[in-house]
Amino acid sequence: MRSYYKEKRSFSFSNLCLFFVLLFLFLPLIVVIVYSFNSGRAMVWQGFSLNWYRELFTSSVGLWKALWNSIIIAITSSITATILGTAASIGIKWYRFKGRTYITVATYLPMILPDVIIGISMLIFFSSVNLPLGMFTIYASHTTFNLPFTFLLVSSRLDEFDYSTIEAARDLGAREYDTMVRVVIPSIFPGILSAFLMALTMSIEDFVITFFVSGPGSTTLPLYVYSSIRYGVSPVINALSLILILLSMAIAFTFRRFLKSFAASA
Amino acid sequence: MEYKGEGAKGVAVEIRNITKSFGDFRALDDVSISIEKDEFFSLLGPSGCGKTTLLRIIAGFETPESGDITFDGNSILHLPPEKRECNMVFQNYALFPHLSARENIAFPLKLRKMNKDEIRRKVDHYIHLVELDGHEDKRPAQLSGGQRQRVAIARALVCEPSVLLLDEPLSALDAKLRQNLLVELDEIHDKVGITFIYVTHDQSEALSISDHIAVFNEGKVLQTGSPYEIYESPSTRFVASFIGDTNIFPCIVENSVYDNNLEEWLITVQIDELGSTVTVTDYDDIEIGRRLYFTIRPEKIRIVGGERKLGENSFSGFVDEPVYSGYQSKFFVKLDNCTFIKVLKGHTTYLDDGPEIEWKDRVSVSWRAVDGYLVKEEWSEKR
Ligand SMILES: Nc1ncnc2c1ncn2[C@@H]1O[C@H](COP(=O)(O)OP(=O)(O)OP(=O)(O)O)[C@@H](O)[C@H]1O
Ligand SMILES: [Mg+2]
Repeated sequence: MRSYYKEKRSFSFSNLCLFFVLLFLFLPLIVVIVYSFNSGRAMVWQGFSLNWYRELFTSSVGLWKALWNSIIIAITSSITATILGTAASIGIKWYRFKGRTYITVATYLPMILPDVIIGISMLIFFSSVNLPLGMFTIYASHTTFNLPFTFLLVSSRLDEFDYSTIEAARDLGAREYDTMVRVVIPSIFPGILSAFLMALTMSIEDFVITFFVSGPGSTTLPLYVYSSIRYGVSPVINALSLILILLSMAIAFTFRRFLKSFAASA
Repeated sequence: MEYKGEGAKGVAVEIRNITKSFGDFRALDDVSISIEKDEFFSLLGPSGCGKTTLLRIIAGFETPESGDITFDGNSILHLPPEKRECNMVFQNYALFPHLSARENIAFPLKLRKMNKDEIRRKVDHYIHLVELDGHEDKRPAQLSGGQRQRVAIARALVCEPSVLLLDEPLSALDAKLRQNLLVELDEIHDKVGITFIYVTHDQSEALSISDHIAVFNEGKVLQTGSPYEIYESPSTRFVASFIGDTNIFPCIVENSVYDNNLEEWLITVQIDELGSTVTVTDYDDIEIGRRLYFTIRPEKIRIVGGERKLGENSFSGFVDEPVYSGYQSKFFVKLDNCTFIKVLKGHTTYLDDGPEIEWKDRVSVSWRAVDGYLVKEEWSEKR
């Protein structure tokens, strides 16, 4: 396999396609990165400077607070959504009970509904039960809209799972708990991990739903960015973008290596 | 441990009147088998006859409607699978994909909280026993079919069960590998000295490896016995034709006399399909007029070229289709009354000038009365 790819170095149609895809993907990012080093405020190159980085690290308390909020919400809601999604998919796949199919369909609803509708209905719900808007309401809504995705990803991994390994484990002396912890979870772990990562990114980048259910003091990063660009784009955001890009690339690469070592087992 | 040798050592597994249905479908119907200690016992039958179901009941994955199963005299039906003194090698191996061969084999020992050195020692022993040295750190996906199967066997053996259940472990492999692993399996059985219950639908596999065989069809046990008994004295028409190849004809008993020389009964039966009577011996006197089946194995029939009267039970006809397979030839002989009969002829000498008997040759076939066999299954007119 390896050598096959190496030989295919010469220029071809597929390489051309790849080039354009990468161009469209990265051109906007490159523009952002370049202008983060611009000394002026406008979109005209006025010379290299690290001004905006200085401003980012010294005088942008609100921004750091927003990033921190985003991270907390992303991690907590993704963990919750992954656990619930995994439990739900195992339950629905392996246990027979009334209304299984209805539950499956209902689980997919938040995925199909437009964000605006989810946002509004969440808002109506929270105010009708008198829940004050804030971090908790954002956490709850992120968990809700992430659930279908984690459910779907873990389910598809479970489809490939060989049920007879459970019987084998029981046969070899494992009780139900041992079977779950030593056989089921490790075998579907790549699915669980990718579900978690998916939830993480969707939570960090969500704007619409968060917009409806956030309250005072619970501004997340997308909300902060939106409110600051209403009065013209501050190049501080550009500087932040570069840092976020580098950070997410680092995370992606670490997990990729991790996932690869897992893929060998499947 | 007692010395492992010949002879009966008592019953290890007793299966009594087990019945199991799936909805309206009766998968097992009043099955009773008793399996001796340390023997290699095979459950043989065509696809869908309930072999896997019986094995799963023994392992504890299915519950029968009625009947009982005992290990060394103690009923096990109330025990969950993890508490039963048997381990199973699954039809698809069911190895844990996220663990290496070594970790797969160590899995049951880790559950038992055994200390590390002890685990290592035992796992090494079984890896060596199934000849997996050098492959112990590979994941199941990186192993060949035969190696996976050996991991599965080692993983089941490492628990040191008193009974090992094997569900067609060789069915997914090619013929050559199957032969080799069959021999290996037999060696492993000799080395570990525990009871093996082996499920297969391959009759030659069962004949060559088993101490005893139970032949199944449609959820019922038709016959239990040694390979020799099953092959030579089938109790039903199904067993006769499922095990090996045979010629089988419905017949009517016409006469029965005791032969002092043979010390057996010499029985004359009328076979409509052959348009003649045939003599056959039996240990018992058989009532005149009974409608039974007469069977004669192809390898027990003599075939010679030309038209010759060869004593008792002699017929002549044409070779319709010779099938040469090196060490033997199989002939489909069309007798003069248009009935076909299969004949096997072993080639025990060097065939310098090609086959002696060829397509469309006129031949005579015959067999001795002692080589035929009467299957004691009644037939009625409207079959
Ligand atoms: N869970 C089940 N639900 C309904 N029917 C079943 C179930 N398990 C088995 N059966 C039926 O019981 C019969 C016996 O099945 P079993 O798996 O024991 O066959 P087998 O002898 O092992 O066949 P093979 O050689 O093909 O493996 C089959 O007709 C099958 O359709
Ligand atoms: Mg089966």
